[in-house]
Amino acid sequence: MTAYTATVTVRLKHGVLDPEAKTTQRALDRLGFELSALRSADQYEIDLEAPSTENAREQVTEMADRLLANPTIHDYEVQISER
Amino acid sequence: MIAVVQFGGSNCDRDAVQALEHLGYTAERVWHEDGLPDDTAGIVLPGGFSYGDYLRAGAMAAQSPIMAAIREREQQGVPVLGVCNGAQIGSESGLTPGAFTTNDRARFQCEHVHLRVENAETPWTQQFEQGAVISLPIAHGEGRFEITDERLSTLNANDRVLFRYCDPNGNVTTAANPNGSTDNIAGVLGDRDTTAVLMPHPERATLPSRQQAGTDGQGILHGFGARTPATE
Repeated sequence: MTAYTATVTVRLKHGVLDPEAKTTQRALDRLGFELSALRSADQYEIDLEAPSTENAREQVTEMADRLLANPTIHDYEVQISER
Repeated sequence: MIAVVQFGGSNCDRDAVQALEHLGYTAERVWHEDGLPDDTAGIVLPGGFSYGDYLRAGAMAAQSPIMAAIREREQQGVPVLGVCNGAQIGSESGLTPGAFTTNDRARFQCEHVHLRVENAETPWTQQFEQGAVISLPIAHGEGRFEITDERLSTLNANDRVLFRYCDPNGNVTTAANPNGSTDNIAGVLGDRDTTAVLMPHPERATLPSRQQAGTDGQGILHGFGARTPATE
């Protein structure tokens, strides 16, 4: 077994309104920053032991499918690195 | 007996019991870890902030073991009603389609809204005329109904939309949409007509003593059917 850290990034699908990002962008505007867009995402770091990178990826993908992301509104990305 | 399922952070469970009892039903709060009683003839997923809305509103409660039992009863035709946080739990657990997420104005909306009855041929709406305008309170920060275009077409084609936010005259307009919901959708059915979720609170508009709220919620709660609990 190898120790891995998986990073799951969960984002709203393209085209799904993100009121929190919009509000944050407005606040940055108010602070005097100039920006053309702001997107928000949630990131989870998961430490796990697995026999291979592929297996770790499979496990974490299932975690994302079943809980971390909501497939109706989210896309997600999984990155695996050895710990 | 109608089981009002209580999670950590539920806060409309007592209101639901009171409203149902007012209509003559036997209702009880059931702690989610205790499982469903054998004589459960109806299930309410009440409003509140289960698990502090961690991850997403309803996401944690949707993973509670009682949800498997609820799904089993649901498939046997036991009526299930999800209100507000209960609607979020319903969609997160896949009982009903779509998702409820952050209101478009990024604000908690607490107000009375008008709803147009879109399908009056369900247990939850048969007390109303098709196209009738009813009034119920809402109180939510994550009530914006989102759904993929594909599933939205199926929803419309199969007449699964229960209520749409509208103005007092029944016009479904952007101005009457309190949270940016897709197609002004406020409530939908699951696969069965006996399964429904909605963001507005029928239990808060049922007791005549709360005159300001009206009593339009009664018609929806009558969706639990015959008042003598039948387990058969």
